[in-house]
Amino acid sequence: MIAGSTALFALMVGLFALVIWRPHWAAQVSGRSWIIWGGLVLPALVLPPLVVVSLIAGERLMPSDAVPRIEAEARQWHWTFRYPDHGGAETEGILHLPSGQPVDIVITSLDVIHSFWVPRLAGKMDAVPGRVNVLRVMAGAPGPLEGLCAEFCGLDHTTMRFDVQVHDPEGFAAALTTPVFAPPP
Amino acid sequence: MTAPMPATSPIRLHKALTRIWATGPGWQRLAAVNHSVVGIRFMVTAAVFFAIGGMLAMLIRAQLATPGSAFLGPEIYNQIFTMHGTIMMFLFAIPMLEGLALYMLPKMLGARDLAFPRLSAYGYWCYLFGGMILIGALVAGVAPQSGWFMYTPLSSDVYSPGINADVWLLGVTFVEISALTMAVELTVSILKLRAPGMTLARMPIFAWYILVTALMMVVGFPPLILGSILLEMERAFGLPFFDPERGGDPLLWQHLFWLFGHPEVYIIFLPAAGALSTMIPTFAQRPLVGYRAVVASIIVMAFLSFGIWVHHMFTTGIPHLALAFFSLGSALVAVPTAVQMFAWLATLAHGRPRWDVPMLYIFGFIAVFVCGGLTGVMLAMVPFNWQAHDSYFVVAHFHYVLVGGFVFPMLAALYYWMPHVTGRLSVHRLSVPAFWMIFAGFNVTFLTMHLTGLLGMPRRVYTYLGHEGWTGLNLLSSVGSFVLTMGFALIAADIFLQRRFAPRFRRDPWRAGTLEWATPTPPAAYGFASLPRIDVRADSLSPFDIGQQLAAGEGYLGMARNGWQETLGVDITTAEPDQIVILPRPTYLPLILALVTGVAVLSMLFKVYVLAILAAIAVAGLFVWGARSSGQPVDHGPLPIGHGLSAPPHPEAATSPPVLAMGVTLIADGAFFTSLIFGVIYLWLVAPNWPPPEVIEAGLALPLIVAAGLVAGPIAARGAAAALRGKGSVMPWLSAQAVALLTTLAALVWLIAVALPDPQTHGYAAASFALLAYVCLHLGIAGLFVISNANRLRSGHIAPRRDHDLRLTRAWQDFTALSGLIAVGFVVILPWLVTG
Ligand code: HEM
Ligand SMILES: [Cu+2]
Repeated sequence: MIAGSTALFALMVGLFALVIWRPHWAAQVSGRSWIIWGGLVLPALVLPPLVVVSLIAGERLMPSDAVPRIEAEARQWHWTFRYPDHGGAETEGILHLPSGQPVDIVITSLDVIHSFWVPRLAGKMDAVPGRVNVLRVMAGAPGPLEGLCAEFCGLDHTTMRFDVQVHDPEGFAAALTTPVFAPPP
Repeated sequence: MTAPMPATSPIRLHKALTRIWATGPGWQRLAAVNHSVVGIRFMVTAAVFFAIGGMLAMLIRAQLATPGSAFLGPEIYNQIFTMHGTIMMFLFAIPMLEGLALYMLPKMLGARDLAFPRLSAYGYWCYLFGGMILIGALVAGVAPQSGWFMYTPLSSDVYSPGINADVWLLGVTFVEISALTMAVELTVSILKLRAPGMTLARMPIFAWYILVTALMMVVGFPPLILGSILLEMERAFGLPFFDPERGGDPLLWQHLFWLFGHPEVYIIFLPAAGALSTMIPTFAQRPLVGYRAVVASIIVMAFLSFGIWVHHMFTTGIPHLALAFFSLGSALVAVPTAVQMFAWLATLAHGRPRWDVPMLYIFGFIAVFVCGGLTGVMLAMVPFNWQAHDSYFVVAHFHYVLVGGFVFPMLAALYYWMPHVTGRLSVHRLSVPAFWMIFAGFNVTFLTMHLTGLLGMPRRVYTYLGHEGWTGLNLLSSVGSFVLTMGFALIAADIFLQRRFAPRFRRDPWRAGTLEWATPTPPAAYGFASLPRIDVRADSLSPFDIGQQLAAGEGYLGMARNGWQETLGVDITTAEPDQIVILPRPTYLPLILALVTGVAVLSMLFKVYVLAILAAIAVAGLFVWGARSSGQPVDHGPLPIGHGLSAPPHPEAATSPPVLAMGVTLIADGAFFTSLIFGVIYLWLVAPNWPPPEVIEAGLALPLIVAAGLVAGPIAARGAAAALRGKGSVMPWLSAQAVALLTTLAALVWLIAVALPDPQTHGYAAASFALLAYVCLHLGIAGLFVISNANRLRSGHIAPRRDHDLRLTRAWQDFTALSGLIAVGFVVILPWLVTG
């Protein structure tokens, strides 16, 4: 996508330079052709593939089948995570994730709108009071990550961050049976 | 009546017209209504707000230059970025384009002024006072702090106590009123006040851009005004429109906001593109290539922009299908944009391009805006959006679009049209280095931010820790922004020097092809000494020659008559003159009206509602009083306008500007009402905690009385018009109308007070209250029409051949009846249908 954009950008600026410095050359193409080729054909070539690819990729982010669920509850200015599949375990400010396994994050809010975002895991989703939103994530290799609130939510929005700990399957179960309320060292 | 004064010499004509049109010196300047004066005021004020917004941006960049900075705390930072966004969008961009249009349009269209000079002046004062309220709050440390889009519930009374959010809601609404008046003004002026012969298809392309922009404002601003009113009602009186606990929905605010907010971006871009489409042909030395294609693409763009507001809400959890639809729509906007881009390129390719300072800034526009457009297409792709939304990538994207698509074109326009305002050539000693500083500074600041965003930095954070990998990039952005600011300082210095020291010129320094260069420069108060006939497309004229002929009084209306400020009105399609529009003289009324409106706004801000109501009544009274002597008290019949033609004064014409203005106003009102209905349906269908615990118990009698009263109004209004035409007695009909209005109003108040559940309890009751209050307001305004009609009938301003007042009243009554019946239906019948 970046490469394509750079190419288009170079095309536009190049054409501008061309018509300024070599108008005679550029005048060989009729005005009508300029508009039809540049205004209609060019977008028609670029846009459809882009939209299709993105819609397919988008569907993959959208939950349809059943996978384990983790609840993320936002309030000014903390995150609470609950794990219904693990006897209702609950953690504050830290999210435990299994590695290599798709998980649905069920996102809610108790007060204003917040947004769940772990930049290293694709996607973000708003926490809207009165509503339940779901985001599917899949973490890679075990290790720590960082998450944050991505929708401005008032005074301490800046510090409304949370830790993410990605575990291998055994470690994931273990982390939730021994209740951990503080981030691991 | 005196005979038309023979136009002996250009000098005498100039003197005679100046006596009639000029604004007085000293304090009398506060009474100015002339479009050149008001237009320049708009632009200068907008430039001052741009400087203030820029200062705030510098504070932001100073704070973010280093991690963990203790320069600004979160309380201050949140106010600063909210105000930066608010100022730039509402107090800089929109008023700047309004000012440009106000100043330019009559001159480009060959008219002496706009259709409603007093309205322009009122709009200006509203803008100034609204802006001052916002800046005052900033200085007092109680500025809004919930971000420029004020998402609920963060902006509700629970999470934002204090007056900060009220300042935003009331201040911005005040400014929006100004924007709406400008939109009506511009639409009507373009449709009606053109040079004879200038059909729509011959208009300079800038007029097309402004026409479409103004119509977009007419339908785009009402949703925001509605949203602001609803949110203010929630904050002040506890009506739960957006509170999910009580059957409201916070996402309703987002829909209303972006229903306005997305078109807003195009409202800002289109006039800038119009300026480009005017300047590029001048420097290509040939008319625009693909005029029709450009007009078509403007219109397509306007429609598309209203279809894609949801793309600002991709992460709020809306259905998949909707996501796909809006994603596609967003990508489609690229097509009309590309058409315009390639039309400009083709114009240059087929011309003999000439390089000058405005072209340098146009180059800046192309480079920066294309980049912003491309990141925009990326953001329209849902998966990417989910990653980049609300990160610095987005901040970078919209600054590329806004600065590229608005600031660079406006700077080009500044260098292009400044000679028109000052009458002095621009000498480019500072403009070139200034450009390179702005261009380099801008790209260093914002190109970097794409990366900062991709590395995960969210927007609207007042600091960061330092280990995220954002530190170096942020420092670079801050350094870039200071270079950028110095560039703007150079421009300010350059303009000052140009005003003082640059050489004068006679006419049309760029060898342009549009009419504005045919006026004297700096422009005379009357614009054109006489009005041209335009038989070709109005962007391939030779203003130099035309200017001389017009100054000699060889066109239409080249005379001073009765001390009237005359300009010509033409038929919308044929562009043949069909009336002489007689414009009002300078008056303090707009200033007084805006001051009283300001009192109303301030007393709402400080919750002194009694005073607010009194001020609102005073505003209504002033409107009626201000209308008392509009138009003419006697019939004149057709009067000569030169070249053997004649036309009646506008009160005797078939379609006068006020009649058109009523049409445009009703479109805006219809957009407002549609948004309200959309909100009600949205709450019924989507909001949590529905159905409501209790619904209205209206019975049958009251709704029937209301319905009958609503229908009786238009009938009485028609009766009045028929009686006037048949020279019968009008007064009884006016009385009947008043009775119908009062009865309906009483029945509605009864419905609200007795039958409706307490509006504070549930979104249903609140929405129903809003609908009924809307109808009450319209009935009240209809009452004002009746009072004004009775008054003007007595003074002879309404007569069988001058019946526009009654036509306006009828239109208003029809609209009130229609919207009222729908509203009452929604309140009374819908709950009955749904709950059985
Ligand atoms: C003069 C150079 C400018 C600089 C250095 C600048 C800088 C910034 C920065 C750093 C932010 C992000 C603040 C944050 O998220 O914490 C921002 C936000 C914003 N800027 Fe600018 N800006 C400039 C000009 C403009 C212009 C010309 C416009 C519009 C015409 C504009 C409109 C906005 C808006 C709407 C926001 C969003 C505010 C919000 O999040 O509520 N800016 N600007
Ligand atoms: Cu938050």
